[in-house]
Amino acid sequence: MQKRNNILARLDWVTVILWLLMMVMGWLNIYAAVYNEQHTSIFDMSQRYGKQLVFIIAALVLAVLIMVTDNKLYFFFAWFFYGIMIFLLLLVLVLGKEIHGARAWFEIGSFSIQPSEFAKFATGLALASFLNSRRQSSGLDVMAPATAIILVPMILIALQPDMGSVITYFAFFIVLYREGMSIYVFISAILAAALFLLTLMLGNVPVAAGLIVLAIVVMLVTSGWSLTLRALGILLPAAGVAFLAGHYLLGMKTSGIIVIAVLLAGIGYAWYIYRLKLKMPAIIYAFLLGGIIYLFSVDYAFNNILKPHQQTRINIMLGIEEDPFGEGYNLNQSLISIGSGGFSGKGYLNGTQTKFKFVPEQSTDFIFCTVGEEWGFIGSVVVTGLFVWLLLRLLLLAERQRTTFVRTYGYGVVALFLVHFFINIGMTIGVMPVIGIPLPFFSYGGSSLWGFTILLFVFLRLDAGRTEYLG
Amino acid sequence: MKDRFARRKYIIMGLILTSALILIVRLFLVQIVDKTYRVSAANNALRPVTQYPARGLIYDRNGELMVYNQAAYDLLVIPVQTSVFDTARFNEILGITMDDFRERMRVAKAYSHRTPSVFLKMISSETYAVLQEELYRFPGFYVQARTLRKYTRPVAAHLLGYVGEVDNRLIARDRYYRSGDYIGVSGIEKSYEEKLRGSKGVNIFLVDVHNNIKGSYADGRYDTIAVPGTNLWSTIDLGLQEYGEKLMLNKTGSIVAIEPATGEILSLVTSPSYDPSLLVGRVRSSNFARLQADTVKPLFDRALMASYPPGSTFKIMNGLIGLQEEVISPTSLFSCNYGYHAGSITVGCHAHRSPLNLPDAVAQSCNSWFCNAFRNILENSEYESVQEAYDRWREYLVAFGFGNKLGIDLPNELPGFVPARSYYDRYYGKDRWKALTVISLAIGQGEIGATPLQMANMTAVIANRGSFYIPHVIKKTGEDGTPSPLYTQRYTTGILPENFEPVIEGMEGAVNGGVGSTARGARLDSIIICGKTGTAQNPHGKDHSIFVAFAPKEDPQIAIAVYVENAGFGSTFAAPIASLMIEKYLTGRIKRKYLEDYVLRVVITPDAEEE
Repeated sequence: MQKRNNILARLDWVTVILWLLMMVMGWLNIYAAVYNEQHTSIFDMSQRYGKQLVFIIAALVLAVLIMVTDNKLYFFFAWFFYGIMIFLLLLVLVLGKEIHGARAWFEIGSFSIQPSEFAKFATGLALASFLNSRRQSSGLDVMAPATAIILVPMILIALQPDMGSVITYFAFFIVLYREGMSIYVFISAILAAALFLLTLMLGNVPVAAGLIVLAIVVMLVTSGWSLTLRALGILLPAAGVAFLAGHYLLGMKTSGIIVIAVLLAGIGYAWYIYRLKLKMPAIIYAFLLGGIIYLFSVDYAFNNILKPHQQTRINIMLGIEEDPFGEGYNLNQSLISIGSGGFSGKGYLNGTQTKFKFVPEQSTDFIFCTVGEEWGFIGSVVVTGLFVWLLLRLLLLAERQRTTFVRTYGYGVVALFLVHFFINIGMTIGVMPVIGIPLPFFSYGGSSLWGFTILLFVFLRLDAGRTEYLG
Repeated sequence: MKDRFARRKYIIMGLILTSALILIVRLFLVQIVDKTYRVSAANNALRPVTQYPARGLIYDRNGELMVYNQAAYDLLVIPVQTSVFDTARFNEILGITMDDFRERMRVAKAYSHRTPSVFLKMISSETYAVLQEELYRFPGFYVQARTLRKYTRPVAAHLLGYVGEVDNRLIARDRYYRSGDYIGVSGIEKSYEEKLRGSKGVNIFLVDVHNNIKGSYADGRYDTIAVPGTNLWSTIDLGLQEYGEKLMLNKTGSIVAIEPATGEILSLVTSPSYDPSLLVGRVRSSNFARLQADTVKPLFDRALMASYPPGSTFKIMNGLIGLQEEVISPTSLFSCNYGYHAGSITVGCHAHRSPLNLPDAVAQSCNSWFCNAFRNILENSEYESVQEAYDRWREYLVAFGFGNKLGIDLPNELPGFVPARSYYDRYYGKDRWKALTVISLAIGQGEIGATPLQMANMTAVIANRGSFYIPHVIKKTGEDGTPSPLYTQRYTTGILPENFEPVIEGMEGAVNGGVGSTARGARLDSIIICGKTGTAQNPHGKDHSIFVAFAPKEDPQIAIAVYVENAGFGSTFAAPIASLMIEKYLTGRIKRKYLEDYVLRVVITPDAEEE
């Protein structure tokens, strides 16, 4: 009994209250979103709001159960949880029920459950356990296995395919950053993403041409006229050869010809660089070739690997495409509903826009539309503020840990919540492409609510036991 | 442990605050600065009106129209936009009762209060004209134009197929379809759905509370134009199809006619059939239920789905394979003593001259001759065992298209059945069976099953002396369309052209020969028809009558297979029907009225249910 009281006393009640507040607000907004004249009782079990209440009660039970477990459990069984989740993610590919073209759900009777929601928790634990076992380092010996721990569930979820969930797993790289991953990895990733977006917006050939011009300019600045002219003197004949051979003999497309030209120029240039030991031109050349191959492969991947609706979503986000009655329409409806909320909103249950069936998933992924419309800018800021409070609070809790294990796990929770929060709200107001992921504690659905609750409460449990030794 | 990277927490805090700041700035812009969204919301009673394109038309091989469209109208309702109105007048226009009205409103509300759902399907043009005048009095209701299929002649129902509403499973899978859309459910309508349907357009209108369209939403920025469906040109000869269905009236069975040089199907008759216009519009579901419950199974497409033993028509195959494997020659003589006798096995035969050579054996359909030939095929010393020889034999059949789907451009084709070696191994034990065990295959009886389509294709192969194109029913899609490459690929069967000649001579003899020829009733004075009768044993009742034929002998224009269930010998009905079809197709008219009358008068009620 002494110990139990101890835990209650050490439990971070601020977080718990934020959690409760968010769940209740979510529930009220689900009621508004699917409000139905024929089922006005918020406790009507045939409606989503009734079901969500059941999910919330179950989440409360789950939270209590987690609090009464021994915190050593999560430390010692981290890999066990991870193994089970990997197994379930494999199993769902075989036995899962296909919903909207993805095999992401197990169906048990009338009940569906989504293992990828729970895999986040297991991945966070495993990652924490691994980093806890190594010296803090930004070297590959730590970062490579850590990346692998994140990638395995990501790949399995990509096979479902559920790209929305896959994207949320990128959150764990924030954890790796906190534990030492080089900032250059992130800068490269951002550059790669920028190149990718530019390719989609402008087309691959102009961007490739731009890269070549950029390389020449950098060459001019760093190495002077003479070297640049000599490099051009090699590049131009190589381009000519590649064009003649590629276009007339092999019937290749422009993209292929450019790659061949740059390669040929590189081969012709290599001895020159080698002889004069020119470091700068070599680096510039390596970046140019890498950049060009990368941009053609992403272009290929975009057109051949992403599904048409995912391409459309990204294209709409970038303003390349306007989809008459599909993806773009949803965003437009979402913007109208949030925008029409104005400063103080239309009042609870008085929203007219979110109730159109035009905005799909309004109780799940687009729940923020209801917030924006009925509670206005004030309500939106309050909800955003609650999330910021929760995130900073959790970050604070993570930082006060004595073990790398709990701190890292805590950062995993912070990062996952941050990514969900930013992408979900962002997509409803056109800051992010439409990626179907839930808003933690607000969106309708048991799997996501329980998944987030487990994530959160395992951390709170570990935090409550922070003075005890885990090992 | 020393935390080398502790200062990075500030970066992450900054990331959290920046994220929130981005969202808040954007929310501020959307919710407070930009007023247009509020205006949009006020006008946001949007009504998406789908523009349904006209479905593609279907023509026959001579350019005669087979299927076209007629206008029909769906009345849609958006329950939240309705208000108090004169329901009595409303019901009067539509011809529905008050109870009916309440029930329909209930269903519409149950679907959604705010999105349109179909209130009443397929209103006639007359009702529509009246309704359109007064529609302003009924807020929340509006009309959407649709097209329905119409047929120039009441034939080719199975071939053309029908159009129905998409089911929810498909809607979940295919983003093109929305609830209430039509889709080809069977026949050409299904296999060429993507060509025929065209592409839907949508006009999005702003609508005020009085159900008046205020204009197009966002200046039509989100509107799309409907693209009409592609017209199809079929390989079917509509006249021949109609004639075939007429001949098969009151009989059960199937006629498949193919142009051998191209694989184009000239007619694809299955009987009993139904008038395709029965499955159009509001009457479709009740008629469908009625047809489904009918004991003669009019919805069953016998031409593609019924698998019968080919009977004596199959002797042609064994003759060809025997010649190719060089285990018999055209002059081989086998005696027949009222049948084939080997040990305890006897395969009976009718009375005829003995011994016969190959052409005469085909013409007179001697069982004994083909039992001997088949035994030679399986006991060929070139092969290590009977089983290996059997495998080779089966390969020839597969090359002719037996035992697999041929790949016609229609749904629901069945593969028929040619037992694999393993089938007999399972039955008799591995390699524990001999030629005599499976001797009934010699005369096309036993485990083997073939669809009328496969039999017609076999006949086309013979007419072509060894090759074929996959039978198909669509020549081209669109005015300037070309045939699908699937159907311009020539397939060979591994049997040399010269080996066909003695068999064809026998088939010529069967129709045009003297005493003992089995199909003299199919003879035509002006054109040489080559044919072969068959009788498929039917364990459930009277045997099925089969006839396969092609004509003319040189440069064949038509290859045909006719099945008449429960009609007895092949010569009785199948042969005259095939002969009439050939006459109709090649000469354009029927001289032998007596033969036509004979066929038309006969009523054969299926006795499959007896026993």
